[in-house]
Order: sequence, then C-alpha cells, then structure tokens
Amino acid sequence: MTAIALWQVTLYLLVLLLCVVPLGAYMAKVYQGQPCLLDSINTPLERMIYRLCGIQSQEMDWKQYLRALLFFNIIGLFAVYAVSRLQYFLPLNPEEFSAITPTIAFNTAASFVSNTNWQAYAGENALSYFTQMSALTVQNFLSAATGMAVLVALIRGLSRSETTSLGNFWVDMTRGVLYILLPLAFIFSLILISQGVIQNLKPYEKFTPIVNNATEQIMPMGPVASQVAIKQLGTNGGGFFNSNSAHPFENPNPMTNFLEMLAILLIPAALCYMFGVMINDKRQGWALLAAMLCLFIPLVLGTIAFENTAHPELTQLNIDQSSGNMEGKETRIGTTLSALWAVATTATSNGSVNAMHDSFTPLGGLVLLGLMQIGEVVFGGVGSGLYGMVLMVIMTVFIAGLMVGRTPEYLGKKIEPYEMKMASFAILIMPIFVLLFTAIAAVTPSALSALGNPGSHGLSEILYAFTSMLNNNGSAFAGLNSSNPFYTVLGGLGILIGRYWIMIPILAIAGSLARKKTIPQTAGTLPTHNAFFVILLLCVIIIIAALTFFPVLGLGPIVEYLMLWGFHGH
Amino acid sequence: MAIKLSLWDRRLILSAIQDAFIKLSPRLEFHNPIMFTVYIAALFTTGLLIHAWINGDPISFNLGITLWLWFTVLFANFAEAMAEGRGKAQATSLRKSRQELPAKKMESNTHTNAKITIVSSASLRKGDTVLVEAGDFIPSDGEVIEGIAFVNESAITGESAPVIRESGGDRSSVTGGTLVISDWVVVRISADPGNTFLDHMIALVEGAKRQKTPNELALTILLTALTLIFLTVCVTLLPFSIYSVNAQQSGHVVSLTVLCALFVCLAPTTIGGLLSAIGIAGMDRMIQANVIATSGRAIEAAGDVDILLLDKTGTITLGNRQATEFIPAPDVSIETLAEAAQLASLADETPEGRSIVILAKEKYGLRGQELSELNASFIPFTAQSRMSGANLPHRQIRKGAVEAIEAYLRNLGASLPDPVRSSAETISRGGGTALVVTEGSTVLGVICLKDIVKGGIRDRFLQLRHMGIKTIMVTGDNPLTAAAIAAEAGVDDFLANATPADKLKLIRTLQTQGHLVAMTGDGTNDAPALAQADVAVAMNTGTQAAKEAGNLIDLDSNPTKLIEVVEIGKQLLMTRGALTTFSISNDIAKYFAILPATFAATYPALDTLNIMKLATPESAILSAVIFNALIIVFLIPLALKGVSYQHVEAARLLRNNVLIYGLGGLIVPFIGIKLIDYLLVSLGLV
Amino acid sequence: MYLACFKQIRTAFIMLILFTVLTGFIYPLIVTGLGQLLFPFQAGGSLIKEHGVTRGSSLLGQSFTQASYFWPRPSHTATFPYNAASSGASNFGLSNPNLLTAIHERLVKYTQADPANKNPIPVELLMGSGSGLDPDISPKAAFYQASRVAKARGISIETVHTIINQHTKNRTLFILGEPRVNVLELNIALDALK
Repeated sequence: MTAIALWQVTLYLLVLLLCVVPLGAYMAKVYQGQPCLLDSINTPLERMIYRLCGIQSQEMDWKQYLRALLFFNIIGLFAVYAVSRLQYFLPLNPEEFSAITPTIAFNTAASFVSNTNWQAYAGENALSYFTQMSALTVQNFLSAATGMAVLVALIRGLSRSETTSLGNFWVDMTRGVLYILLPLAFIFSLILISQGVIQNLKPYEKFTPIVNNATEQIMPMGPVASQVAIKQLGTNGGGFFNSNSAHPFENPNPMTNFLEMLAILLIPAALCYMFGVMINDKRQGWALLAAMLCLFIPLVLGTIAFENTAHPELTQLNIDQSSGNMEGKETRIGTTLSALWAVATTATSNGSVNAMHDSFTPLGGLVLLGLMQIGEVVFGGVGSGLYGMVLMVIMTVFIAGLMVGRTPEYLGKKIEPYEMKMASFAILIMPIFVLLFTAIAAVTPSALSALGNPGSHGLSEILYAFTSMLNNNGSAFAGLNSSNPFYTVLGGLGILIGRYWIMIPILAIAGSLARKKTIPQTAGTLPTHNAFFVILLLCVIIIIAALTFFPVLGLGPIVEYLMLWGFHGH
Repeated sequence: MAIKLSLWDRRLILSAIQDAFIKLSPRLEFHNPIMFTVYIAALFTTGLLIHAWINGDPISFNLGITLWLWFTVLFANFAEAMAEGRGKAQATSLRKSRQELPAKKMESNTHTNAKITIVSSASLRKGDTVLVEAGDFIPSDGEVIEGIAFVNESAITGESAPVIRESGGDRSSVTGGTLVISDWVVVRISADPGNTFLDHMIALVEGAKRQKTPNELALTILLTALTLIFLTVCVTLLPFSIYSVNAQQSGHVVSLTVLCALFVCLAPTTIGGLLSAIGIAGMDRMIQANVIATSGRAIEAAGDVDILLLDKTGTITLGNRQATEFIPAPDVSIETLAEAAQLASLADETPEGRSIVILAKEKYGLRGQELSELNASFIPFTAQSRMSGANLPHRQIRKGAVEAIEAYLRNLGASLPDPVRSSAETISRGGGTALVVTEGSTVLGVICLKDIVKGGIRDRFLQLRHMGIKTIMVTGDNPLTAAAIAAEAGVDDFLANATPADKLKLIRTLQTQGHLVAMTGDGTNDAPALAQADVAVAMNTGTQAAKEAGNLIDLDSNPTKLIEVVEIGKQLLMTRGALTTFSISNDIAKYFAILPATFAATYPALDTLNIMKLATPESAILSAVIFNALIIVFLIPLALKGVSYQHVEAARLLRNNVLIYGLGGLIVPFIGIKLIDYLLVSLGLV
Repeated sequence: MYLACFKQIRTAFIMLILFTVLTGFIYPLIVTGLGQLLFPFQAGGSLIKEHGVTRGSSLLGQSFTQASYFWPRPSHTATFPYNAASSGASNFGLSNPNLLTAIHERLVKYTQADPANKNPIPVELLMGSGSGLDPDISPKAAFYQASRVAKARGISIETVHTIINQHTKNRTLFILGEPRVNVLELNIALDALK
C-alpha cells in the first residue's frame, strides 16, 4: 500500500471524527426537544405541520409507535408505486418516459421506502424528473428519518425506566427531517453544484461530439445534486443515473468524491455520539463507535490492498498494472478511493457506488459481502445500523453476562427471555432469508438467466443481490440483470422483510426495556465500554456471520480467489 | 441428609447408561429443541442408510456417520441422566425418612388430660395436634406449641448433635421424620401429607418439578435461533452444491448424509446436550452445601444479588462478647486488676464471664481457683443491681457497667475516677463494652469486652466487594458500636438500632433503587423481610413462618452460607455461558474439516482450506462428527461440577473465561479432529 | 382502537403530502434556483459549446478511435461506447473469460497502432471504466499514447508531452483522487494546434 493511500484514509477518518461530536450533540438536542440552532426558522414550520396533521405530541407506547410507523411507510409505498406507474401522465417528464413495469415499480417502491434503494431500473432511461423528485427524493428523506426514529425510540427504552412511553413517532419524524436531514442536504447540495454536479429541470441536452462526422447524441440532465445530497446523507444510495456515483454528473471530481464519501458515514457515526449523550453515558457511545472503527479500518486497508493487486493472469503480458484493478473504476477516483468508498457504502447500508463492485477482486468483493452479512452494523443505515448494533450488543452481553455469573444486563436493563426472544428473532431473519432466496435462485433457470458472470462469480452475484436487499443496502454486483422479475419480486419481498421484520422486534425490545427498572452499576456489572467488551462484541458479530455464510462464501468469492490466484490444494 | 457422591460413582453410571436409552423416546427428546433436531437428523441418516443398503450401495461411511449421530444423542441423554441420577440418589436417602409413622393424635390442645389416639402419619391434616415423646419420630411438619425437647434432625441436616425445640420463640418448628430423643412436645401439624418439607425436597432433588429458569429459557431461545440458522445453512448448501457442480461440470452433489453430519456438527449440541444437566447439577450443588432451594429461579437470583444484608451476631461476629483487655486505674497494677476480675467472674458461667477468666489465665498466668477453696460466695447478676461479683473474706469484688458501678460507688460515698471513666468511653467508642471492677470503694480498672469479628470474614467481604456485592451489617447495637464493628469487619454499610420493620424498609428502599437483595433470617419477625428479599435464606432452626417466607433453606443454619449460595448461583450461570461459548467457537474448526472435504471434488482449489490436512473427505467428516459427540462426554464433569469461580471483578472474570472457553473452544477441536483423523487412518477404519 | 387507527392513517396521509411538497418540490426547486443563480455553468452540466452548438460536457468522456487522437478508457455503455444517455459498466468479474478476451483484444489494438512502442501499457487503457463515460486517463496512459499521436499528426513528441503536461490535473489538496488528464480537453487542444 502506498503512502498516498494511507494519507487518503487518514484524512477521511480525521474529518469524519471531527464532525462526530458537534453533529451528535446537535442531534441529541433535536430528539430530546431541547432548544437548538434552527429553532427560529423551524419552530413555526413544525407547529404548522403538527396543526395540519392533527398531532398533539403525546407520547406513544411501542405498539402505537410501531403502528404509526407502519401506516406511514405503507402509504409511502403506495405513493411511490402510484407515481412511478403514472409518470407518463404527470408533469416534469420532458423525455416522456412511460410507466415502469408493475414488478419493477413494486421493487422500487419497497426499495426506496425501506432505505434500500436497490435500483432495478436505469435512472436516466426510465424515470421522469417528477418521479425522481416527488417519489424518490421524498422517500430518501423519510426512510432515513424513519430509521432514526426507531433508533431514538430504542434509546428512550434504554434510558427511561418504569414507563411505557417511547416518544411520539410523528414528532420524531418531523424533527428528524426539519432539523437534521433537510438543512444538511440543502447545504451539501449547493456545495455539490459548485463542484459540477448538475441541477436543472431542462430536457436532455442534444450535442454533437468533437470527432468529425459524429452523429448527434443526447446527454441526460435533471435535478441531480438535490437528490445526490440526501441519498448520501441518508444512507439511501439510490443514484439519479444508472452508474450512480461513478457517473461524472453525480461525482465529477475528487473533492465531490471526498464529500460524498464523508456524507455516507457522517450521520451513522454521529449517531453513536448521540446515543452516548442520550443514555447519559458517552463512554457507551464511544465504545460502539470504536467497535465499528475496529472493523472498518482493517477492512478498508485490506480492500485497498486487494484492489491494488495485479490481475494474476495478466502479469505475463506487457501491461503496467501499478494502478491496480481498474475494471469498473474511474480514473479520477482511482483504486484506493474506490475501495474506501466501497467499504464505506457496504459498511453503512448506503449502497451508492463509485466503482462497480462486480468487477472487484474476489477478496475485495468478499469484504463487501461480509460487511453486509454482519447485518449492516458497522455504521449501518442511519438509525438502523445502530439499532442493529444494539441487537448485537444484547447478544454479546447475554453470552458475556452468563460467563461472569449474572443475569445479563445492558445499561442497567436486565436482558431476559422476552428480549432474547425478540433479539434472536431479529437476528435470525436476515441470514435465513438471504440463504433461502439465494438457494432458490441458484437452481431456478429464469433466475440464472439474469447472471452476468459464469461460475463461482455467478453465485456471488446472486448472493450479493439478496444480501444487499435483505440488509437494505442497495448496492449490487450489477452484472446481474436486476430488472428480471424473479429478482424484482422476491427481492422486493426480501427488502420489506429485512426492514420491517427487524424493526418490529426492535420496538418490542424498546417497549420492554422502558418498563424495567434501571439496575445500579457495581463491580459485578459487566462493563460494556472497555476495550475487552469491544473485542468480544466484534468476535460475536464476526462469528455469527462467519458461521452462517462461510459455506456459501466458500463456493463464491473464496473459491474464485483460490482458483484465480492458482491455489490448487494439496 | 446430603450424601456425598463421587463424580464417577459406578452405580450411577450404570443406571445413567440405561436411562440414556430410555430417553430415546421421542416424547422425552422433544423437550430439548436442540437435541431433538439432532435426533431427527439421526433418524434421517438411518433411513438413508437403510435405503443405501437395500440398493446395495456402499454403506460403510453412512454407517459410521449414522452410528455417531446416535452416539451424540445418547451422550447428551447420558449427561442428563447422570445429573438426574445424582438427584435421585439424594432423594432415595431422603425417602427413607418418610415412611409412614405412628402418631399420637390429641383430641384437645392441652397436654394434660387429652385423649390420645394412635393414627398413621398419613392421616394427619393441617391443624391437628400430636404428642411426641422421647423415642418417637415427629410424624409430620409442624410447630411446637407446648413443651421442650431435644430432637435429632440428622435425617434432614446430616448433623448428629441434637437440637432443642421448644414452644414459642424462634426454635419452635419441627420437621417430619426427625427423632425426639428426650422429653416431650406437643406439635401442631402445619402441612397436609404429600405437602411436607420432605416431600418438597424429594420432588426438588429428583428434578420432577424442575422448570426452566428464566435465564435457561433465554439461552434456549438463543440456541434454538442458532440451530435454525445452521439448519438453513445446511439445507441451502444442497442447491449451492447443485449450482457449483453444474457450473464446474465436475464433482458430485453433496450427499444428504454429509449435510446431516454437517448440521449436527454446527448445531450447538455441546451446550444443548449439557444444558439440563447443568441446571440439575446446580440444584445438586446447593444440596451438597446443605441448602434447599424452593426453585431453580432462587439459585439463579442468588447469582444476581448485589447486596447482602447480614446479621451482625453469628454472621460477622462470633456472637458473644469476649474480654480482650484489662485497663487498670492509676496506681493499680494490672495483675491486681486481672486477679480481681478473675475472682469476680469465677462463678459467672456466661460466655463473657468465662472469657474474663480465660483472659486472666492466658495473659497473666493466673490459674483458675475454686470459689469453695477461697471460701468465697458468688454474687450473681440481677436486673436490679446490674452487677455481679464475689464476696471473699474481707474483700468485696464487683464488676458491672459504668452506670451501675457509679450508682454502687455513690452508695459507698465514693466516685469513679476520671481516668477510668475516660478509658471506659474509649472502649465504647471502639465498639466494645466496658466493665468496671471495684474492690470495696476502690476502683481497680476496666475490663474491655468486645464483639470478636470472625476470623477471615474481612477477606470474605473483600472478595464480595470484588464480585460487586455490597454487604450491609444489621445490628441492634447503637450506631457508635455498630460503626466500629462495621469498620473492623470491613462491611460497606450498617444498619444500627435495627428493628424488623427497619430491615423491611431498608430492603424496599434498596429494591426501588434497582438492587437485588439477599438476607438470612430465622425468627418469625424476620418473615416479612425474608418475603421481601430477592434471595432469602431461612435457617432450618428457624420458625415455620420464616421458612415459608424464605426461598432457600439452610439446613446447617449457618448465616455465612449466604456467601456460598451466591457463588453457587454465579457458578451455574457461568457454566452455561462457558459451554455456550465453547460450543459456538468449536464450529469454526468443523467448517475447516467438512467444507473442503465436501467440495474439493467440485473445486480442487478448496482443498487449500483443509488446513488440518485430514486424510480423506470421509475421514474428515467422520472425525468432525466423532469429535462433536465425544466432546459432550468429556465436558460432563465440567457440567456437573461447574466452572470454578474466582473472586475477581466481572471484567477480569470475563477475560479469563473468554480466553479459556472461547479461545480454547477455537483451538481444541483443531487438535481433536486431527487426532481422531489420525487414529481413524492408522486403525484402517477409513 | 379502530378510531385511533383511522386517526393515525389520516395523520400519515397528511404528513406524507406535506413532506412531499417540502422535500419533493420546495427543496429541489430552491436548490435548482440557487444553483442556476450561483453556479449556472456547473448546474447546467459544464457544457462545451462551439459557435452556440453543444459539443459535449467537459465531465463526460467521448469516443475517439482515430490514431491521431488520444484514446479514452474502454467504455461499456449500452448500444455504443460513450453513449452519454446510457451510463454503465461491463460488470465482468475478474475470473470472467470475456474480460480476459476483451483485454487481449485491446492490447492487440494498442500494439498494432504503435508497434514501435515497447513500454508496458497502463492497465486502465485495457480495463473498462465504471460509468462508461470516464472523461479522464492517467498521465501515464497519456504519455504512453504520445508517440502514436505525434506520429499520426506529424508533430514532435515533445509538443504532445507539453500539451499533456498542460492538461494534467493533480490530486486535489495533494491527497485526494488521482492525477489525470481530461481526454476530451486534450484532444480539443490537439486540434487547436492546427
């Protein structure tokens, strides 16, 4: 690895960590209803929204909270479906795109409502500006705010005692959008425009290329910056264009690349600090952030190293492979920052890409798959990553608590059969459905016809698709034809299962924890903020994922690596 | 009653082997979801084996796998049967004392003139009164309402020294099956047949009424979830194998037998097979410690306790004040004081009096003298004078509390010298009691009496503090004395001038703060507090009310037992945690054994992962299965004895256990599987 | 219960409408307005115009196949290379035989176009880009092609080198990204020499 690569990673982490405290503290204020920066602008707006919606910010118990969340998301789902089916009849459609097919529309609706943003369509060739703005951009905000709302409810469950109330879903949603996402997206989109990301409502531009007697071509236009800003900040990842952030109009230069990459981890990392503030023990938040970084940094360095290796079958030829594996990567971004972005986008459930993951080296691809398969808990989606992490903490605390001879507890809350039932339930879902869906696809001819690569890499493509959808990531091994009805329908179901089947037990745990007494800490209490606990947490995360996915990874990327690099066994 | 059993008692093992087969009935297997899946897998491979045999296919590999899957089930059954067998052995010895006994049932409640009929103990009901005389067995549980007697309770406690049982007070409860060896008592029966203490004990130790404790339930849920995941892993491996064989055009699709083998290896069978054995063994360890738990939940709760309420007397101190020092008045030699003190106490048979004589003898070589030889008469302690002493010819020696002696001196026209008064005050500030000794109107000095803190108790409390358990001493003493003793014993806090009501209030306050409180008690007035505490150890010598309020009963009636109880509770949880960790870490090695073996025919490159260099695919898979089965047997002693408990803080305990069971669990199977593979190959079995 | 559910559904519905207006229209329209006002060139796509005719965008690569031009990265956009309307990549896995075939073909093309050039070919000239519209190549890749371009245009190689150096963009803040040359700008500059 070169020195410049290390500098790039260091600069990135440094800037990220500098943002964690101020943003985290600010978000804690927002969700605790304390006075904060934007009060003067937002308070009247907030009041108006509450009045129009008939909300009397009373507290909700977990079932009311869940019900509100589900109603809101279901209506959102129908809205996206309706808009994308009816776009031909709606305004702001200069290219006169017709309706997208029902299966793709379902997949897209599920995908955007759930913060997945798996794209079964090519943006510039399928969606009108109206659809991009009123359906997709809106859900980019709302799905992110939903994830944060669930996290905040869980935090309240942990920090409150002997109560049933977890806060008000509508208030959490409104404040999340008005105070956090919208202001950040606004500033960020203007910066992006200044760097060359396009933002207009013009019809696609006709142009004549430089080369003589070239025929006239068209280049797409649209309100890109406003969507890119929120897709990065809200760990959504659904790009305006087919090639996402590899497209020069979404990500024109190294500076935008840096900022967009920063935006991927910004809120998820700051949420850790917010967690610490809201439970009144910052060390716990730092411990979770440390756990995430402990996994993130080595994997970043590893992936950079893998992507900088030479293709073993080209070494005999007169080729200078010093820039690494450039297939599917952009020159201005390079292998190092492509690898860093790829790790960041799979560590969080962002899923935007600035290089094609399908063309990563087998081990690079393995890292990306692995990061999703640990359940999107290293940073993860906004909100969803941290509540997933808390689930893993509950698992760890349970096993560790037993080993020190006490009924396990986390932050003074006893972990009892009900919590274990819900946590097991939540953790069970993703691996089981990823494996089942991948297995079905692996022996279904129509599913196999969508593969873009043969052999073990083909299996990796299927595995990546369902791993990405069940974990609400949205990135792809894009050789797979994702508009194939098999994947749009089964994947759409997977997306919904992966999002809501986990949210329900999370809120149930939050409700149950809120009712419990807070137990005081003693020397017999297992500390959950020290280095050893962090290591243990990582071991639990890695071992659960490894035991689940090792066989299929063995038949996918691992064997691809072994064969390509010429290991032939004993 | 607790009989000591060696771990590998021959009879126990034989009957456990028998039970292991009996437990193969599906109805019995069903209660353990993890082992039930293994059971199904074994049945399935048996079917495959028969199918292969009928088709005339080679069956040696299938046979090996099938046999070892059945062994896995049997070993788990054996572990459970071993634990149950130990309980049953205890129960058998208890049952001996539960034969039908004749009872002298009384028509009225008074001893005199009551008409007595001889009935069988089985016909006695709650509220009946019976007369029990010397040589009779007490027919059923009850309370002494009249009389006093020595009772031999060895059948229950294993302690052969007889104990006094009398009406009123805290020693009124008697247990069915114990023997009255002197005098007589009238007992009011407090339990219907089949519902006595002994019946409960038998049911408990046999495990008949064993329900899963909350913690065990939570663990079962987690293990079931893992089992489901592994089931999915194995089921989906078939399509993945089909895909790979098609893609590669070589090798063959993985066989169902191998998938079953992989599943059994991955499923947390080690902990699954030993889980109920651990629970039963925990109960058994309590019984070995002579503590009866009314439920498994109580044992678990004991592990969670973070505050111990300890009675001062008997738990922290030896229970009697003892003379520790003589402090002479000015111009009086210490020998003079010691001699006078000894003379004043020669006939004083109270422990305090005896301790003064002993101190004088040990420290100043004064031999005990006979009062008769000295021609002395003894002045006993009375409530009026509040002094005791001796009258010798020409000498009148008195000892007593400061106030009493002051009054005595005033009558003689003398007063207490200031230096003596100040040393008396120093003593009481230090937690002791001062006795002033006078001869006539001359004050000779002060005897210091002190509560003697039990040896080693300070270290014990230090250990508890490391474990995160706070100790609170409860005493009727004044705050000054209490503070001094608290400091000497090293308790964290104390409750002075304590009344039963104060105790109850303290427990409630602590509980609202979220603490889990344990206490011991024996008196009826302790009952409310016992009922309130999370872990309440009632002394077996205590009243019926106390025993009913407690959730643990200490047959030795030893208040320090509480500490042991906490340790056993923790040990129980730790054993579960350690074996779970071990079981899960094991899986990594098994993957490295089975996966290359299964897929190397399709992808030769995958043989790179065969890092143990196992001989053949068959030997690799079989070795993993055999290791998986044998490890259950190897861990039975650990499950029964429990993980050893160290008195260190939670963080260090965790680190130690993770290193031993986590890292150990990672490494051991690599060695074990390689070894088994080597053996299989050298024995020519594969 | 039912009433409460109904109320929640009503709230959900109204809230979705309000947020659609706010984040789906007001937000992007204000950003568009401000973008057009403050950064009209960038917001409009950094277009290159010649006599009022759009010749492309400096951000999007174009296809060049003649020996006299610098060749850009291989492109896998749908229907034809560098189709700006349809971004996309090959998505070949490294073990995919098609990838190796394509690389061999490109290798042959470069060697045949400049047989005298024995330098190793920078790999990015043989491997497809992520968007299929990559406007840049590395300076190394530009220098590799310099001899072919110079020969085809009949100009000195030094001139070509100078132009390459003039158009080389370095890392942003010395750290971010990779050094690069915009192929479109480079080729326009070459044409401007005449």
